[in-house]
Amino acid sequence: MIYWEQMNARPTPTGPAKLLHVHWPLVILICCVCGAGFLMLYSVAGGNLDRWARPQMMRFGLGIIAMLFIAMIHVDFWRRISIFAYLGGLALLLAVEFIGEVGMGAQRWIDLGPLRLQPSELMKVALVMVIAQYYAWLPQEKVSHPFWVAVPLVMTAIPVMLVLKQPDLGTSILMVAGAGVVMFLAGVSWWYFGTAIAAVATTVWAVFESRGQTWQLLNDYQYRRIDIFLDPSKDPLGAGYHITQAKIALGAGGLSGRGFMQGTQSRLDFLPEKHTDFIFTSLAEQFGFVGGLTLLGLYTAIIMFCLLSAFSNRDRFGALMTGGLTATFFFFFAVNMAMVMGLLPVVGVPLPLVSYGGSAMLVLLGAFGLIQSAHVHRPRGAYG
Amino acid sequence: MARKEKNSPSITRRGLVLMGAQLALVGTLGWRMRHLQVEEAERYRLLAEENRINIRLLPPARGLIYDRDGQPVAINQQNYRIVMVREGAGDPGEVLRRLSLLIEISPDRRERVLRDMYARPAFVPVTVAEHLDWHSFARVASNAPALPGVLTEVGLSRHYPADEVFAHIVGYVGPVSDYDLSQIENPDPLLQIPDFQIGKNGVEKRAEADLRGSAGNSRIEVNASGRVIRELDRVEGSSGQDLQLTIDSGLQDFTLRRMEGQSSATVVMDVQTGEIVTMASAPSFDPNSFVFGISTGEWNALNTDEYRPLYNKAVSGVYPPGSTFKMVVALAALEEGHINPSETVFCGGSIEVGNRRAHCWRRGGHGWMDLRDSLKNSCDVYYYDIAQRVGIDKISEMANRLGIGIRHDLPLPAVSAGNMPDRDWKLRVHGESWLIGDTVNSGIGQGFMLASPLELCVMAARIASGTSVTPKLIRSVDGVPADLSAGAPLGVQTASLDAVRAGMFAVSNDRRGTGYRARIADPQMAMAGKTGTSQVRRITEAERRTGVFRNEDLPWNRRDHALFVAFAPFDAPRYAIATIVEHGGGGSTAAAPIAQDVMIRALYGPEPPIEAWPSAMHQTIRERRRLGQDSASVQWSRA
Repeated sequence: MIYWEQMNARPTPTGPAKLLHVHWPLVILICCVCGAGFLMLYSVAGGNLDRWARPQMMRFGLGIIAMLFIAMIHVDFWRRISIFAYLGGLALLLAVEFIGEVGMGAQRWIDLGPLRLQPSELMKVALVMVIAQYYAWLPQEKVSHPFWVAVPLVMTAIPVMLVLKQPDLGTSILMVAGAGVVMFLAGVSWWYFGTAIAAVATTVWAVFESRGQTWQLLNDYQYRRIDIFLDPSKDPLGAGYHITQAKIALGAGGLSGRGFMQGTQSRLDFLPEKHTDFIFTSLAEQFGFVGGLTLLGLYTAIIMFCLLSAFSNRDRFGALMTGGLTATFFFFFAVNMAMVMGLLPVVGVPLPLVSYGGSAMLVLLGAFGLIQSAHVHRPRGAYG
Repeated sequence: MARKEKNSPSITRRGLVLMGAQLALVGTLGWRMRHLQVEEAERYRLLAEENRINIRLLPPARGLIYDRDGQPVAINQQNYRIVMVREGAGDPGEVLRRLSLLIEISPDRRERVLRDMYARPAFVPVTVAEHLDWHSFARVASNAPALPGVLTEVGLSRHYPADEVFAHIVGYVGPVSDYDLSQIENPDPLLQIPDFQIGKNGVEKRAEADLRGSAGNSRIEVNASGRVIRELDRVEGSSGQDLQLTIDSGLQDFTLRRMEGQSSATVVMDVQTGEIVTMASAPSFDPNSFVFGISTGEWNALNTDEYRPLYNKAVSGVYPPGSTFKMVVALAALEEGHINPSETVFCGGSIEVGNRRAHCWRRGGHGWMDLRDSLKNSCDVYYYDIAQRVGIDKISEMANRLGIGIRHDLPLPAVSAGNMPDRDWKLRVHGESWLIGDTVNSGIGQGFMLASPLELCVMAARIASGTSVTPKLIRSVDGVPADLSAGAPLGVQTASLDAVRAGMFAVSNDRRGTGYRARIADPQMAMAGKTGTSQVRRITEAERRTGVFRNEDLPWNRRDHALFVAFAPFDAPRYAIATIVEHGGGGSTAAAPIAQDVMIRALYGPEPPIEAWPSAMHQTIRERRRLGQDSASVQWSRA
């Protein structure tokens, strides 16, 4: 903990000296997770570096630079542009309605030449930022006032609806979770959360109840995923195939795994989407329980570092944003892992920093840049 | 620019709640991971192996079948096959078109191949043509560069070089049907291989266990779409055992051709060892047409032919033995002491039995008959008389002892046991008591009694050898000779046997004997036989009275069966023979000449001297030879 004390002892740094104040252990952890990702992408491509690993590395390089760049910019700047980032994100989400590319059965991308942008990825970050900004602005005594609670709810609801419409259930869940955590950390009354949980329970009930009715809430494919999640054996060769094969891969990995590039489930294509959503199963097959637990440990360490940074940050925006983004990141990997382990239905959430995907990688590293910026520019010195 | 800090409460308290919740969820994930990867690991490892490993059976080469001299009669032939793989073909339609310029592929077939190719994964080979001749095959192979995706393969398929000669003995193989599978308790996984051939008939069927061999297997790794990635390991199977039959293919061939045009069967066996050297059933069929799947037209033709070519009459056909049964009655009477060979019975043309009259075939009667004369003339009255003295049960017992009414153990399907009735049998089957008239009928081999040509041949062999010789069809299995030892003594007094043998000798060699014309002229090789003419219908009293009864006037299927049994040479018997010509008329005119020609060949080999035949026949024999009808066996073997 000496590291922390030293940091706290100094005034807020300026200029290139800021680089020294970046949370380097966090950067190293991120690099470790990404490194594991490259290894997996190399492996699931059957030893082909160029297929997935090399492009992913290039994006990672770009992302790390972007992260450090963002970290160097004062967190106040990010606070002030939050509302514009949010509005811009909304505009992009609306734009995909009209010019978006259709991929994987869902409308999600804007094609910007070399880069395919997923506005929903950006929105995950912008939403957390704008709600953190909101609570940084809102006087503490108004936090639990119904009107002032309704405002962030509306701010959340609009993009969530748009993303659900794409349809992208996974991202919607992450957005709700991120926004909810910021509100929770900001001190919104427990009653609201109690009510929200009750509402979610009611919604789940309604979702099941609405099936086949005129007011059906989810798409048929989503219902099928729920069905198969509840009982994968129902459709072992169809939609349940993914979960069944994923569990086989995990289980076959055993304690120490089958060895690098030796996983039969991934090598012989039994695993679905093994370079994206199901990449964790490939890792767990090759490196076993030990490998899987190691990755989980790395993720947990990232979460812990970020949360500790948030706790020690007396800048309300910085703390709330760090907490919100951390929670988003947590749900990101937790939902993915729970999904491939058969604890949650398959909702289409990739494994952060590991799964192949350009915009997710860039946005995640950008978000860590924001966390770093809050960390670097946190208020220092004596209290008060 | 430093913003004024708000005096806000720390987020730490709620943050800790959040952190706790997150750690709890991480713990859940870890616990789940442990459950899957440690506790359930074994199960999932197994499932993963099941996913990736396929076991492919390697069919063994079927055992070969040879005749007694080592001539192959069932072999495995290279089956040249053309298969096509869609993913390698580029434009499969175009490649098929080019292929059809080299080998004949009907437009229908082309369409089906295309359909099959698109119905299956791109890497699965689809058979385009098989059983190609070498030239077509070579033509395709040498044009390979112009035919992407076309592969040439060589498999094995059964071939019967003797065509129809061994059809009833060897049978044939065919692809396993669902019915076959349902009949087997615990089917060999080999049978699941598409187009795997198993014995469907004959020795191929009954000796399936020896011939099939055992499968090898190859464990292959496949990917999710079923493509073979590599072979993991391979265990070679063992090919089936080779069988050597007791059949002499030259004699078999001759016999079949000799019976051509008739519905007939002949069995020749070694009287000492029981080896069946010929078992021919005419007409025959080509077993090769069954191997590749017989056409409906061909099948219907075989099935509706009233001569029943598919039926092995030699073992499955049963007929009233008629007068060939008289030896059995005579032996029973001699053994039981009811007659002695010189005792005479008067034949006046008929005899009163109960309130009915039983007629001799010769309306005028034969006069005083002793045993020898009764056989020589085939006098019916003599046997009406002594059958009544002996009784049906003793006759039946003797028939069984001589091999009639017993299922002989041959590796052939549908070996019939014939029927040898006694009192119990009639009560059991017909619910009626045995009548004296039944005994009288049985005395001349009519009535309820049925015997197969094989059984009659065994009877002749047992009379000739005095042993209970049993018929055998397999000479060796994989080079290990089968048990071909002589049978146990028959347990019939030599004097009785000699008396009957003398009667049979008279049939063939006495000027007045019923088989005299079909004798063997060479005294060294003299044949002793017995003719038989069995009725398939009752002769009505009206017909008998008016005498207007000519066999030739009846439709074919109501005419009498012609039979002949014999053994030769008389002094040192080697072969026994039984011939039946279905609805052929008289035994002496229709069956005995066949048996004569066959027996001469059995004794002398493929080119017998003309002196073997009686001089009256020399002219005919010379004529036959000139026309090539009497040549030694046709060279059918390609080996």
